[in-house]
Amino acid sequence: MQAAILLFPGINRERDMILAVRQSFGREPAIVWHKETELPAGTDLVILPGGFSFGDYLRCGAMAAQSPIMRAVKAHAERGGYVLGVCNGFQIITETGLLPGVLLRNAGLRFLSMDTMLRVERNDTVFTAKWEKGAEFRAPMAHGDGNYTADEDTLDRLEGEGLVAFRYSDINRNGSARSIAGIFSPNLRVLGLMPHPENLVDPLMGGTDGKPLFDSLAAA
Amino acid sequence: MKAIVTIMLKNGVLDPQGKAIGHALNNLGFDQVGEVRMGKVIELELTETDAANAKEAAEEMARKLLANTVIESFKVEIVG
Repeated sequence: MQAAILLFPGINRERDMILAVRQSFGREPAIVWHKETELPAGTDLVILPGGFSFGDYLRCGAMAAQSPIMRAVKAHAERGGYVLGVCNGFQIITETGLLPGVLLRNAGLRFLSMDTMLRVERNDTVFTAKWEKGAEFRAPMAHGDGNYTADEDTLDRLEGEGLVAFRYSDINRNGSARSIAGIFSPNLRVLGLMPHPENLVDPLMGGTDGKPLFDSLAAA
Repeated sequence: MKAIVTIMLKNGVLDPQGKAIGHALNNLGFDQVGEVRMGKVIELELTETDAANAKEAAEEMARKLLANTVIESFKVEIVG
C-alpha cells in the first residue's frame, strides 16, 4: 500500500499520520503539497490529515476543497482509489462532495479535546478488517466542528446501505446526527472520520487502539 | 457593481452560535429576544456592468464556494 499524505497550509497533524503509516506500512508515505496537480505515480491511498487548513476560513475545509490537488484526488477516488480523511481531512472531503453531509460547529459550542469511544460498525472493509465487528476502541478527538449533519434522507441511506463506519459509543459530545463519527463512500473505499486513530498507534502514546486502522490498510 | 451575498443556515439546521447569542442577549436583559439565527454577509466588487449578469455570476459563486447548500441558503442582492 503506497500512501500519499496531502499537505495544505494550516494542516498540523501530518507528522502523526506519517508515523502511523510508516509503522504499519513499513514504507514512507509521499508528502504532497496542495498546489500539486497530480498524485505520485503508484499512489494507492490518499490521506488528508487533521489541522486547520486555510485557518478554517469561510467554512472548515471549504478553501482546501478548491486546492489544485483535489481535482487529482477526485479522479483517484473515481478510479476506485482509497481515500482517508481524518478531522479536517474529513471536513475537506465532505466539502469536495466525495462524502455526503457536512461537519457543523459542535452542538455545545466548545472545542472538544479529549478521548472518546468509537464502535466499529462493520469489519468487512479495507479500513476496518483488523477489528471485530462491534468492537469499541478509544480515539482522541480535537475539534470545534465535528457535528455531523445531513438531511434525513441521506442519513437513512447511509444507515440502510451500511455506510456508517464508526459511531460514538460512550457520549455523543459534539451532537452528531445518529452519533455518527465516520462514514464510508458507497464503494467502501473512501473513509472520513472526526477522531484521530493515528494518535494511538504506539504504547509510548498511551495505547494502540487506533493501530488496527493502519494495519487493516497495510494488509489490503 | 457590488453584489451582496447573504448566507444563512437553512431552517431546521441547528445554529448553536445563534442560540448562544440569544442567551447572552437575554442575560443582558433583552427579554424580547426569542430565536436568534446567525449568518454571513459577503460583499463582492464585480467588474460586471449588467445587473442581471452580475446576479447570475454571484449566484454561481455562492453555489460553488460561498455557501454549502447542504446546510445553507443564500440570497444575492446587486447594488450600485
